[in-house]
Amino acid sequence: MPTLLALDASSTACSVALWHQPAGREAEVVARYVEAPREHTRRLMPMIDEVLAEAGVALADLDALAYGHGPGSFTGLRIAAGTAQGLAYGLDKPLLGVSTLAALALAAHRRLHLRHVLPALDARMGEIYVGAYRCQDGDITPLGAEAVMPPERLTLPPGQEEVDWVGVGSGWTLWPSMNANLQAGVSQHLDDWQPAAEELVRLAAQRYAAGERTAPAQAQPVYLRDQVAWQKRR
Amino acid sequence: MRVLGIETSCDETGVALFDSQRGLLADALYSQVAMHADFGGVVPELASRDHTRRLLPLIDEVLGEAGLGRRDLDGIAYTAGPGLVGALMVGAATAHGMARALGIPVLGVHHMEGHLLAPMLEDEAPDFPFVALLVSGGHTQLVEVLGLGRYRLLGESVDDAAGEAFDKAAKMLGLDYPGGPHIARLAERGDPKRLRFPRPMTDRPGLDFSFSGLKTHTLTAIRQLEATGALDDQARADVARAFEEAVVDTLVIKCRRALDASGQTRLVVAGGVSANRRLRERLEHECAKRGARAYYPRGRFCTDNGAMIAYAGAQRLLAGERDAASMLAVPRWPLDHLTPPAA
Repeated sequence: MPTLLALDASSTACSVALWHQPAGREAEVVARYVEAPREHTRRLMPMIDEVLAEAGVALADLDALAYGHGPGSFTGLRIAAGTAQGLAYGLDKPLLGVSTLAALALAAHRRLHLRHVLPALDARMGEIYVGAYRCQDGDITPLGAEAVMPPERLTLPPGQEEVDWVGVGSGWTLWPSMNANLQAGVSQHLDDWQPAAEELVRLAAQRYAAGERTAPAQAQPVYLRDQVAWQKRR
Repeated sequence: MRVLGIETSCDETGVALFDSQRGLLADALYSQVAMHADFGGVVPELASRDHTRRLLPLIDEVLGEAGLGRRDLDGIAYTAGPGLVGALMVGAATAHGMARALGIPVLGVHHMEGHLLAPMLEDEAPDFPFVALLVSGGHTQLVEVLGLGRYRLLGESVDDAAGEAFDKAAKMLGLDYPGGPHIARLAERGDPKRLRFPRPMTDRPGLDFSFSGLKTHTLTAIRQLEATGALDDQARADVARAFEEAVVDTLVIKCRRALDASGQTRLVVAGGVSANRRLRERLEHECAKRGARAYYPRGRFCTDNGAMIAYAGAQRLLAGERDAASMLAVPRWPLDHLTPPAA
């Protein structure tokens, strides 16, 4: 089993998690999670040290690193990207970028055994970042591409309207703006969940086991919002 | 001690490798100027995104150029401020991550200290103490440099930086960003006698600058020429000439006063505007007249670069100074808050 370290700064939370297999035991995750708005630059390194110390793992033992590549706070994504890229480059190990929406979907599946999850994050400027996932036996499968859109435009995945969907993440604070059809198809929404490294590291471990390796410089943030934040002046 | 320097405070990604025994081993720069030119100025979010794309490849390039591996590094220095906070964080996070992986010290460096010490990278480096004129798109400052970390701010712009004024005047004349080189080229053909623009804040004692009034004056002059149908190519060149003369003259007058007030005989000139040929000619003349000497970093180290950060960082890392676990990104950071290295 590989040893992986994941970190996330995509929201007001800051989290770090280690996936490893202690000798003679099952693989386990050691994780830290704190609500720490605007404190990521202070919290991240000490949390990494704490997780490594608790697991008795050295940085040199890592096979790969992972981070929440977005969507999320632009600055947070770059703090996590920079830290993870610096660590991976310094250790000469691969780096896997993992979707924060996928992390939310996996969290809902693992904790509440949900099968059909619509993770959504508040993208500000009247928009949400949103994805759709089908989850089964610890695996999650995306249904379509993640996107940024006004909440009014959100619809259920085609052909999946009869399924019992659950919304997860800060994007669901915009529930009142969503259309009636969608509201009818979403039985409940949990809007106080944030992406966490605990799920990122599990998703990264699956991809690493499947043979995925990415050079640190290639593991770039995925902002989703690429055009709207600025206008050419001339 | 081999120190990697990382600069990401604005719109240039700079990386360099400085060896305290052998000097500068390699440096590389990626300028985003062309990208921001379409917007008439730096777009912070675009700048930050680009730093994240460019930084690791540049680090790789610099190590390759020096024929060294990452394990050969003894320390990492990065620009901690002042600058665009989102852009600073890219360098800070990458530096901290990499230093932690390599088990070496890391230190956040003051961007302007980098500029002040940049002439130390040249063969004919000035001795301490000296007066420095830092003049760029973001800063216009006169600083007395007594030693490493011993800086006294003599004067600075109370509004626009000189380079910013060049950019704005260029825009008024329909020229591209960054404005400095374009204004200078147009001014070559200008008649120095036709228009005379004010020299702001030179009619009273003091070492502070102000360039926003000059900007307004330039706009008024252009509008008047336009109103009378006289704004032809020659008139535009004349405006550029008058504007450049006013900025250069103001900078020279304040440098003279700074040398007078401090009693120093060495003048370091750095920052993007220090590439202006007329400014250099005038300062050379001024220094020759009074038996002083002017020092300039080579062109590529006048603007933002990784070499100056590697150099400044190395001086402090050698003295035992280093960051704790926090990555530092300090958008506003007065230069005279710095102190000599603290172990």
